[in-house]
Amino acid sequence: MEIPVGHYQVVAAALFMIGVIGMLVRRNMIVMFMSIELMLNAANLSFVAWSRLWDSIDGQIFVFMVMVVAAAEVAVGLAIIISLVRNRDSVNIEETSLLKW
Amino acid sequence: MESILFWVCSTGAIGGALGMVVTVRNTVYSALWLVVSMLSLACLFIMLNAQFVGLIQIMVYAGAIVVLFLFVVMLLNLTGGVMGAEEQPLLKFVGVALGIAVSLQLGSILLRIDLPWPEVSPSYGTTAEIGQALYTDYLLPFEVAAVLLLAAIIAALALAKRESD
Repeated sequence: MEIPVGHYQVVAAALFMIGVIGMLVRRNMIVMFMSIELMLNAANLSFVAWSRLWDSIDGQIFVFMVMVVAAAEVAVGLAIIISLVRNRDSVNIEETSLLKW
Repeated sequence: MESILFWVCSTGAIGGALGMVVTVRNTVYSALWLVVSMLSLACLFIMLNAQFVGLIQIMVYAGAIVVLFLFVVMLLNLTGGVMGAEEQPLLKFVGVALGIAVSLQLGSILLRIDLPWPEVSPSYGTTAEIGQALYTDYLLPFEVAAVLLLAAIIAALALAKRESD
Protein backbone atom coordinates (compact mmCIF):
# COMPACT_ATOMS: atom_id res chain seq x y z
CA MET A 1 0.00 0.00 0.00
CA GLU A 2 2.43 2.65 -1.17
CA ILE A 3 -0.25 5.05 -2.43
CA PRO A 4 -1.51 7.32 0.40
CA VAL A 5 -5.21 7.47 1.11
CA GLY A 6 -5.35 11.10 0.00
CA HIS A 7 -4.68 10.11 -3.61
CA TYR A 8 -7.69 7.80 -3.67
CA GLN A 9 -9.78 10.59 -2.20
CA VAL A 10 -8.59 13.00 -4.87
CA VAL A 11 -9.64 10.54 -7.59
CA ALA A 12 -13.03 10.22 -5.90
CA ALA A 13 -13.41 14.00 -5.66
CA ALA A 14 -12.45 14.44 -9.31
CA LEU A 15 -14.98 11.82 -10.42
CA PHE A 16 -17.67 13.43 -8.31
CA MET A 17 -17.00 16.87 -9.75
CA ILE A 18 -17.02 15.49 -13.30
CA GLY A 19 -20.43 14.08 -12.48
CA VAL A 20 -21.60 17.45 -11.18
CA ILE A 21 -20.28 19.21 -14.29
CA GLY A 22 -21.98 16.66 -16.52
CA MET A 23 -25.22 17.24 -14.66
CA LEU A 24 -24.92 21.02 -15.11
CA VAL A 25 -23.64 21.12 -18.67
CA ARG A 26 -25.36 18.33 -20.57
CA ARG A 27 -29.01 18.55 -21.70
CA ASN A 28 -29.39 14.93 -22.73
CA MET A 29 -31.40 13.20 -20.00
CA ILE A 30 -29.65 9.85 -20.40
CA VAL A 31 -26.18 11.38 -20.09
CA MET A 32 -27.33 13.36 -17.05
CA PHE A 33 -28.48 10.07 -15.60
CA MET A 34 -25.06 8.53 -16.22
CA SER A 35 -23.54 11.51 -14.41
CA ILE A 36 -25.59 10.59 -11.35
CA GLU A 37 -24.15 7.07 -11.55
CA LEU A 38 -20.69 8.60 -11.71
CA MET A 39 -21.31 10.62 -8.54
CA LEU A 40 -22.57 7.53 -6.71
CA ASN A 41 -19.45 5.66 -7.79
CA ALA A 42 -17.19 8.44 -6.58
CA ALA A 43 -18.85 8.20 -3.18
CA ASN A 44 -18.31 4.42 -3.29
CA LEU A 45 -14.58 4.86 -3.90
CA SER A 46 -14.38 7.23 -0.96
CA PHE A 47 -16.25 4.75 1.25
CA VAL A 48 -13.96 1.86 0.31
CA ALA A 49 -10.77 3.87 0.85
CA TRP A 50 -11.83 5.17 4.26
CA SER A 51 -13.07 1.79 5.43
CA ARG A 52 -9.71 0.25 4.45
CA LEU A 53 -7.96 3.02 6.38
CA TRP A 54 -9.91 2.33 9.59
CA ASP A 55 -9.69 -1.48 9.13
CA SER A 56 -13.47 -1.79 9.16
CA ILE A 57 -15.88 -3.64 6.88
CA ASP A 58 -18.79 -1.22 7.40
CA GLY A 59 -17.85 1.02 4.49
CA GLN A 60 -17.99 -1.90 2.08
CA ILE A 61 -21.45 -2.86 3.36
CA PHE A 62 -22.51 0.70 2.72
CA VAL A 63 -21.15 0.49 -0.85
CA PHE A 64 -23.33 -2.60 -1.28
CA MET A 65 -26.37 -0.59 -0.17
CA VAL A 66 -25.48 2.31 -2.47
CA MET A 67 -25.32 -0.14 -5.39
CA VAL A 68 -28.78 -1.47 -4.51
CA VAL A 69 -30.19 2.05 -4.50
CA ALA A 70 -28.38 2.86 -7.76
CA ALA A 71 -29.83 -0.22 -9.47
CA ALA A 72 -33.35 0.64 -8.29
CA GLU A 73 -32.89 4.24 -9.37
CA VAL A 74 -31.67 3.26 -12.84
CA ALA A 75 -34.61 0.91 -13.40
CA VAL A 76 -37.21 3.50 -12.41
CA GLY A 77 -35.42 6.44 -14.04
CA LEU A 78 -35.02 4.70 -17.40
CA ALA A 79 -38.68 3.67 -17.31
CA ILE A 80 -39.59 7.33 -16.76
CA ILE A 81 -37.35 8.33 -19.67
CA ILE A 82 -39.00 5.72 -21.93
CA SER A 83 -42.48 7.00 -21.18
CA LEU A 84 -41.29 10.61 -21.58
CA VAL A 85 -39.87 9.86 -25.02
CA ARG A 86 -43.12 8.15 -25.97
CA ASN A 87 -45.07 11.29 -25.06
CA ARG A 88 -42.69 14.05 -26.13
CA ASP A 89 -40.33 12.48 -28.68
CA SER A 90 -37.28 14.04 -27.07
CA VAL A 91 -34.65 13.29 -24.42
CA ASN A 92 -33.64 16.92 -24.20
CA ILE A 93 -34.27 18.21 -20.70
CA GLU A 94 -35.31 21.62 -22.04
CA GLU A 95 -38.35 20.09 -23.72
CA THR A 96 -39.56 18.66 -20.45
CA SER A 97 -40.17 21.87 -18.54
CA LEU A 98 -43.84 21.52 -17.69
CA LEU A 99 -43.16 21.78 -13.97
CA LYS A 100 -40.63 24.58 -14.38
CA TRP A 101 -41.79 27.99 -13.23
CA MET B 1 4.16 -1.91 -9.47
CA GLU B 2 1.30 -0.79 -7.28
CA SER B 3 1.77 2.88 -8.09
CA ILE B 4 1.84 2.13 -11.83
CA LEU B 5 -1.44 0.25 -11.46
CA PHE B 6 -2.90 3.11 -9.44
CA TRP B 7 -1.98 5.72 -12.03
CA VAL B 8 -3.27 3.62 -14.92
CA CYS B 9 -6.57 2.92 -13.15
CA SER B 10 -7.17 6.44 -11.92
CA THR B 11 -6.39 7.81 -15.39
CA GLY B 12 -8.85 5.28 -16.80
CA ALA B 13 -11.53 6.23 -14.29
CA ILE B 14 -11.20 9.98 -14.77
CA GLY B 15 -10.61 9.73 -18.51
CA GLY B 16 -13.64 7.51 -18.96
CA ALA B 17 -15.77 9.91 -16.95
CA LEU B 18 -14.55 12.89 -18.98
CA GLY B 19 -15.15 11.00 -22.22
CA MET B 20 -18.69 10.22 -21.10
CA VAL B 21 -19.49 13.85 -20.35
CA VAL B 22 -17.76 15.26 -23.43
CA THR B 23 -19.20 12.85 -26.04
CA VAL B 24 -22.06 14.78 -27.61
CA ARG B 25 -22.81 13.07 -30.89
CA ASN B 26 -23.73 9.55 -29.91
CA THR B 27 -25.11 8.46 -26.55
CA VAL B 28 -23.91 4.88 -27.14
CA TYR B 29 -20.31 6.11 -26.95
CA SER B 30 -21.12 7.88 -23.69
CA ALA B 31 -22.31 4.58 -22.23
CA LEU B 32 -19.16 2.79 -23.46
CA TRP B 33 -16.96 5.45 -21.85
CA LEU B 34 -18.90 4.84 -18.66
CA VAL B 35 -17.87 1.17 -18.85
CA VAL B 36 -14.20 2.20 -19.01
CA SER B 37 -14.66 4.32 -15.91
CA MET B 38 -16.51 1.57 -14.01
CA LEU B 39 -13.92 -1.11 -14.83
CA SER B 40 -11.05 1.15 -13.71
CA LEU B 41 -12.93 1.85 -10.48
CA ALA B 42 -13.35 -1.89 -9.92
CA CYS B 43 -9.57 -2.23 -10.25
CA LEU B 44 -9.09 0.53 -7.66
CA PHE B 45 -11.51 -1.26 -5.31
CA ILE B 46 -9.52 -4.49 -5.60
CA MET B 47 -6.31 -2.56 -4.87
CA LEU B 48 -7.99 -1.37 -1.64
CA ASN B 49 -8.58 -4.98 -0.46
CA ALA B 50 -12.27 -4.83 -1.41
CA GLN B 51 -12.33 -7.86 -3.71
CA PHE B 52 -16.03 -8.58 -3.27
CA VAL B 53 -17.05 -4.99 -3.91
CA GLY B 54 -14.78 -4.87 -6.95
CA LEU B 55 -16.35 -7.93 -8.51
CA ILE B 56 -19.86 -6.71 -7.69
CA GLN B 57 -18.91 -3.41 -9.33
CA ILE B 58 -18.02 -5.21 -12.55
CA MET B 59 -21.15 -7.39 -12.49
CA VAL B 60 -23.71 -4.78 -11.42
CA TYR B 61 -22.39 -1.64 -13.09
CA ALA B 62 -20.52 -2.78 -16.17
CA GLY B 63 -22.72 -5.84 -16.57
CA ALA B 64 -26.23 -4.76 -15.66
CA ILE B 65 -26.61 -1.01 -15.36
CA VAL B 66 -24.66 0.00 -18.47
CA VAL B 67 -26.38 -2.75 -20.47
CA LEU B 68 -29.70 -1.28 -19.32
CA PHE B 69 -28.55 2.15 -20.48
CA LEU B 70 -27.45 0.77 -23.85
CA PHE B 71 -30.71 -1.12 -24.17
CA VAL B 72 -32.75 2.05 -23.62
CA VAL B 73 -30.55 4.14 -25.92
CA MET B 74 -30.93 1.64 -28.74
CA LEU B 75 -34.62 1.07 -28.03
CA LEU B 76 -35.36 4.79 -28.29
CA ASN B 77 -33.20 5.14 -31.42
CA LEU B 78 -31.60 8.39 -30.25
CA THR B 79 -30.61 10.46 -33.25
CA GLY B 80 -30.10 14.19 -33.73
CA GLY B 81 -33.74 15.25 -33.59
CA VAL B 82 -34.62 13.33 -30.46
CA MET B 83 -31.51 14.47 -28.61
CA GLY B 84 -32.09 18.16 -29.27
CA ALA B 85 -29.50 20.92 -29.12
CA GLU B 86 -26.89 21.31 -26.40
CA GLU B 87 -26.75 25.09 -26.75
CA GLN B 88 -26.22 26.57 -23.32
CA PRO B 89 -22.96 28.57 -23.53
CA LEU B 90 -23.38 30.49 -20.27
CA LEU B 91 -24.42 27.42 -18.29
CA LYS B 92 -21.54 25.50 -19.82
CA PHE B 93 -18.98 28.12 -18.82
CA VAL B 94 -20.33 28.59 -15.30
CA GLY B 95 -20.68 24.85 -14.71
CA VAL B 96 -17.16 24.01 -15.83
CA ALA B 97 -15.60 26.94 -13.93
CA LEU B 98 -17.47 26.04 -10.75
CA GLY B 99 -16.55 22.37 -11.09
CA ILE B 100 -12.86 23.08 -11.60
CA ALA B 101 -12.76 25.55 -8.69
CA VAL B 102 -14.38 23.08 -6.26
CA SER B 103 -12.15 20.22 -7.49
CA LEU B 104 -8.99 22.26 -6.90
CA GLN B 105 -10.16 23.18 -3.44
CA LEU B 106 -11.07 19.58 -2.57
CA GLY B 107 -7.80 18.32 -4.03
CA SER B 108 -5.67 20.75 -2.06
CA ILE B 109 -7.35 19.64 1.17
CA LEU B 110 -7.40 15.90 0.45
CA LEU B 111 -3.79 15.71 -0.71
CA ARG B 112 -2.70 16.96 2.72
CA ILE B 113 -4.09 13.85 4.44
CA ASP B 114 -1.14 11.85 5.71
CA LEU B 115 -2.39 8.76 7.53
CA PRO B 116 -0.62 5.38 7.35
CA TRP B 117 -2.47 2.30 6.11
CA PRO B 118 -3.04 -0.25 8.88
CA GLU B 119 -2.29 -3.95 8.53
CA VAL B 120 -5.51 -5.88 7.93
CA SER B 121 -6.23 -9.56 8.32
CA PRO B 122 -6.04 -11.65 5.11
CA SER B 123 -9.81 -12.24 5.25
CA TYR B 124 -10.54 -8.49 5.01
CA GLY B 125 -12.99 -7.74 2.20
CA THR B 126 -13.55 -11.35 1.17
CA THR B 127 -17.01 -12.63 0.28
CA ALA B 128 -17.10 -14.66 3.50
CA GLU B 129 -16.50 -11.65 5.71
CA ILE B 130 -18.98 -9.43 3.83
CA GLY B 131 -21.58 -12.19 3.97
CA GLN B 132 -20.98 -12.64 7.68
CA ALA B 133 -21.55 -8.92 8.28
CA LEU B 134 -24.58 -8.78 5.95
CA TYR B 135 -26.38 -11.66 7.63
CA THR B 136 -25.67 -10.63 11.23
CA ASP B 137 -25.16 -6.93 11.95
CA TYR B 138 -26.82 -5.67 8.78
CA LEU B 139 -29.65 -8.16 8.42
CA LEU B 140 -32.45 -5.59 8.57
CA PRO B 141 -30.92 -3.19 5.97
CA PHE B 142 -30.27 -6.21 3.76
CA GLU B 143 -33.93 -7.26 3.87
CA VAL B 144 -35.10 -3.69 3.33
CA ALA B 145 -32.82 -3.52 0.27
CA ALA B 146 -34.55 -6.61 -1.11
CA VAL B 147 -37.96 -4.96 -0.67
CA LEU B 148 -36.64 -1.78 -2.32
CA LEU B 149 -35.48 -3.76 -5.36
CA LEU B 150 -38.86 -5.48 -5.62
CA ALA B 151 -40.62 -2.11 -5.47
CA ALA B 152 -38.29 -0.77 -8.17
CA ILE B 153 -39.05 -3.73 -10.47
CA ILE B 154 -42.80 -3.20 -10.10
CA ALA B 155 -42.48 0.57 -10.56
CA ALA B 156 -40.37 0.18 -13.69
CA LEU B 157 -42.84 -2.26 -15.19
CA ALA B 158 -45.79 -0.02 -14.39
CA LEU B 159 -44.09 3.08 -15.83
CA ALA B 160 -42.75 1.57 -19.03
CA LYS B 161 -45.89 -0.42 -19.85
CA ARG B 162 -47.80 0.80 -22.86
CA GLU B 163 -51.25 2.06 -21.94
CA SER B 164 -53.79 -0.41 -23.34
CA ASP B 165 -56.70 1.39 -24.88
